[in-house]
Amino acid sequence: MIGATYPVVPIHFPTFMKSIRIGAGLGFYGDNWEPVAASIEYGHVQFIASDHLAELTLAILQKDRQRDPSLGYARDVVPMLLRLWPLMRERGVRFVCNAGGLNPMGAAQAVLAAFAAKGWQARIAVVTGDDVLPRLQDVSTPADELAHLFTGEAVSQVRERLVFGNAYLGAAPIVQALDAGADIVITGRVADAALFLGPLVHGLGWTLGGATEPQDLNRLAQGLTVGHLLECSGQGSGGNFGSQGAWKDIPDLAHIGYPIAEVWEDGTALITKAPGTGGRINFDTVRQQLLYEVHNPHAYHSPDVVLDMGGIVLHDEGHDRVRLTGARGQAPGPMLKVVAGYRDGYKAEVTWGFSWPDAWDKSQAAIATIRTQLADRRIPHDELFVEYPGLNSAHGALAPLPDAGALNAMNEIWTRLVLRTPSKAATDGFGRLFPWLALSGPAYTCGFNGLHNTSELLGIWPTLIPRVRVEPNIQVDLLGGAP
Amino acid sequence: MSQTLRVPLVRIAHARSGDKADWVDFGLFAWNLAGYRLIEREVTAERVRAHFAPWLPGEVDAWALPNILALKFVLRGALQGGGARNLRLDNLGKAMAGALLRLEIVVTEAELAEALEAPRVGWWGDVPPSPPGRGQG
Repeated sequence: MIGATYPVVPIHFPTFMKSIRIGAGLGFYGDNWEPVAASIEYGHVQFIASDHLAELTLAILQKDRQRDPSLGYARDVVPMLLRLWPLMRERGVRFVCNAGGLNPMGAAQAVLAAFAAKGWQARIAVVTGDDVLPRLQDVSTPADELAHLFTGEAVSQVRERLVFGNAYLGAAPIVQALDAGADIVITGRVADAALFLGPLVHGLGWTLGGATEPQDLNRLAQGLTVGHLLECSGQGSGGNFGSQGAWKDIPDLAHIGYPIAEVWEDGTALITKAPGTGGRINFDTVRQQLLYEVHNPHAYHSPDVVLDMGGIVLHDEGHDRVRLTGARGQAPGPMLKVVAGYRDGYKAEVTWGFSWPDAWDKSQAAIATIRTQLADRRIPHDELFVEYPGLNSAHGALAPLPDAGALNAMNEIWTRLVLRTPSKAATDGFGRLFPWLALSGPAYTCGFNGLHNTSELLGIWPTLIPRVRVEPNIQVDLLGGAP
Repeated sequence: MSQTLRVPLVRIAHARSGDKADWVDFGLFAWNLAGYRLIEREVTAERVRAHFAPWLPGEVDAWALPNILALKFVLRGALQGGGARNLRLDNLGKAMAGALLRLEIVVTEAELAEALEAPRVGWWGDVPPSPPGRGQG
């Protein structure tokens, strides 16, 4: 069906059909949870599902765990639940999150300790079994297993440098945890959308494992789509709306409401948000999120179902209500996706500004001085990357620079220099190449930023692992008492 | 016969980009069916590859989703190996959708007028429709 044919008419759902309302939690580690409070207080949700883990978040958590073995989880889950739990308990709202990261048990214990200090009780389920680092590190793993998903390289190339490796689990352990009565479910790595699919399967009684009937698979595909639309919080309700001009038409982003879905037994879903909140749910904002980071839209893989978006209909009912139908599902394959990270050198970066006159020529002379010093001091490095914030750092060569005359007429030029090197010592020394140039370099420097800004780089190793190596190790533990 | 024009995509479409390891993916969305017919005809995988090639030469995969008036592209090898080893400020390629919207397509004046004048499909509340870039070019 083509968009221009969508009529804007209210749709009435049969009232005898059961439905579940689920709201978006965080979209990443560090997101804002006040919009989640609004969904609980004014959005009539029964579940919140919160995604704390971007592809690289486990790398940050790994550094925490190296410092302190009790860490390794997304620590924002504790203050978030201290804020939200009283609202949730009052209304019977249940909470699912992947904030467990590399240490779901540690996260649950931290939440229980914080709750105990308040005199609160909650039943917390902990899902583990996603950690596959030992399998990746095992030298006896066959060479063709765990090869790089895109390049086909063997894992032996990075084996010594791996820091984490986790399989994306599906919704089954979350369903199990909710069936067992958990108020709060804390997982490690699961497919982001599975955080949402779990409560839907639990609440609506859908068939999950081994589903082969088209009706069952299409319902799961609808649920997966709902999860995908909600897993990035405000990006599903008008935030980060890429456009010229139209983004200004989205009201009150300061008080954005995160998306909420009402999902019926047959899989039909309504995407909306809490009344009185900012942001916008419409055909445009919802479809920007629908295609976000899915690659092949006709085969979006998850552990629970393979989604084809080709038949999806987004019916814009107006007033921040979009009806979702038409997702098609196929049975998932025998492999689970894994994302691993490996140490891949270091970077050090310094940003350096020069003012008019001749700001451009002075920046070029300054860069040449740094290159000379790198050579004179034989500082080992793979590259010195240069970009000009304010000119081309966002669009590279597609943002053509003005000619030298126009550049020299500019008020100021900022240069960002980034050293890539296998040597930690080289990054530590990079910042020392700069300060003396305030007195001995070109005139009218506006200052340096980041003289001590160094960090370790990580390569990402996406791969696949047979389910049979992972699923027998999945465990659901229930902690805490009755609330 | 209507004259032809070179028009940047930003005038008739909106877009979002995101990362998966070393790949950047793009959703490109026409505001209405008239705009969709233009992007579907003009914005091929090869055009997107050629557009990014001076900066990020990589293979491009493309899919059409007429059901949501959208095209989907994946640009491979676009992030220096992946977000956590990419030295750019925009290490995850979130601003790269803007770079896609710079791509220029060739349309007739009549086609452009139709794409700009047809209403947006989505509900935009009380604000008058404002297809992007009306004042530009």
